[in-house]
Amino acid sequence: MSSVRGERGRIPHGIAVTAVHLRVNILNELQYRSNFFVQLLQTVLMTVNGVLIVALVYSKVDDLNGWRRSELLAAIGVFTIVGGIMRAFIQPAITRMIEDVEEGTFDFVLTKPVDAQLLMSVRQIEIWQLADVVVGIVIVAIAAPTLPAGLGIEEILSFLALLAAGAVIAYSMWVAIACAVFWVVRMPYLDNFFFYIARAAQFPISIYPTWLRIGLSTIVPLGLAVSAPAQAITSRLTWTTVATVCAVMIAFVALSRALWKKGLRTYTGASA
Amino acid sequence: MGEIVRPARIVEGRLRSLAAVYGGVMRTSMIRTVQYRANTLIELALMVAEPVVYLVVWQIVARTNDGSVDGFTAGRFAAYFIAWSWVRTFVQGGSPGNWERRVRDGSMAGFLMRPIHPVHQNLALWVGFGIARATMWIPAGAVLVLIFRPELHTGALQLLVFPVAVAMAMLARTFTQDTIGAGAFWFTRISAIGSIVGLVELLTSGRLVPLELLPGWAQAVSWALPFRWTFAFPIEALIGPMSSGRLFTGLAMEAGWLVVMWMVLRVVWSRGIRHFSAVGG
Repeated sequence: MSSVRGERGRIPHGIAVTAVHLRVNILNELQYRSNFFVQLLQTVLMTVNGVLIVALVYSKVDDLNGWRRSELLAAIGVFTIVGGIMRAFIQPAITRMIEDVEEGTFDFVLTKPVDAQLLMSVRQIEIWQLADVVVGIVIVAIAAPTLPAGLGIEEILSFLALLAAGAVIAYSMWVAIACAVFWVVRMPYLDNFFFYIARAAQFPISIYPTWLRIGLSTIVPLGLAVSAPAQAITSRLTWTTVATVCAVMIAFVALSRALWKKGLRTYTGASA
Repeated sequence: MGEIVRPARIVEGRLRSLAAVYGGVMRTSMIRTVQYRANTLIELALMVAEPVVYLVVWQIVARTNDGSVDGFTAGRFAAYFIAWSWVRTFVQGGSPGNWERRVRDGSMAGFLMRPIHPVHQNLALWVGFGIARATMWIPAGAVLVLIFRPELHTGALQLLVFPVAVAMAMLARTFTQDTIGAGAFWFTRISAIGSIVGLVELLTSGRLVPLELLPGWAQAVSWALPFRWTFAFPIEALIGPMSSGRLFTGLAMEAGWLVVMWMVLRVVWSRGIRHFSAVGG
């Protein structure tokens, strides 16, 4: 009887912990409103870079491996949205986890009466990074009227579903990468990792040759996480892509959880 | 009465100690790079992935556009982005976020206690990292050469200019990052300013695309900013073809910006350090 109560109680407890941490984080971030403008400036500059590259490419050609100008612009919008989600929710949590393991303060996460991976994932967010999501939506909205196949409710729903799946893939990929810290102890260049991987994923993977497409779908699946919603919004989605996204998502969730558990068994603490 | 020490001997002694410190710090950072080789190899793989993505896209554009874009063939794009990859590996030069962290957690106090300026320590550290990583990059570079078949037009003069241009680029980038980092003496979120400068650098330095492909106004902007000279110029000097006039103009521009950045760093640092007060470290 008590075990049933325990199982029933665990889910609401996890949700309650998540909600409390999110609320505290949001209140904390709201103290620094000027960060929003700094973030907005960064986003605008990043978007100008992306849009200029699209303009430059299409000043030379009409079609990039089947992608037309408005479609690639929409893809840049999706890339900005996924990047914003990653920088708001995933990157801060992963960065803090790595710092804690390096300094030995990760013990304080492990001693709390809640799943350590859940706590690690929700205790640090940067909501101002969501400015990227807003700008990304604006870019998609600008590109939408000129998309060759138009933009209907079906595209929007499949886009949202694949965006959620992409976020899960991105999260699992970063947890899997970050778990290396349990063995190597220091990961001093993690910020650079985030930057480089994001740059590699900025174009839809169907543009690339097969070897690079496979690499950005399986080894570093962020390319797939960005490309699949971009394909959905440009009416290019196929069942093969949907199946690939589902398979990669399940594989990376399982891999990241297995690495997390194995890593925790290796972790011995450093200072506490 | 003791022996009178002549100023020339004092200077010589200081230079000798500085050289010894540089040697020691560089050796340590090289050993660290090798010690944390898993990290270094992952970072190198990702650093190579970024230009490879740009290279693949521009090669597709070149092939779609009858083999070349504004004179850039697939082979020339390969040469540009492979050289890009090596130069980027070597001239990373730290990040303002490192200074922000040192000021915030007080460890800057420890740096200031040492009998050498923190900028020297930082420079020696990043030159050491750069040498170690640029060496570890070679196998990856060889694979890129085999896959993408770069087209080089490198003369003897270019081979002489390239190391000088790269060395100055390393110094200039470190000075720029240190100057932004010194802003942490006044502002707590200086790494955000660093990211904004980084985004301007991304477009005007030739990282996203060879600058010759940019429209006229963007090229004019890149001429007026330092990033072109401290990133694209060494690459263009290596892959050629480049006339002697352009080579020396590039070197002069790079040297000019280096002096400007050094002077700005001195001013910002000397003023900023007066604002520093920290415990711990």
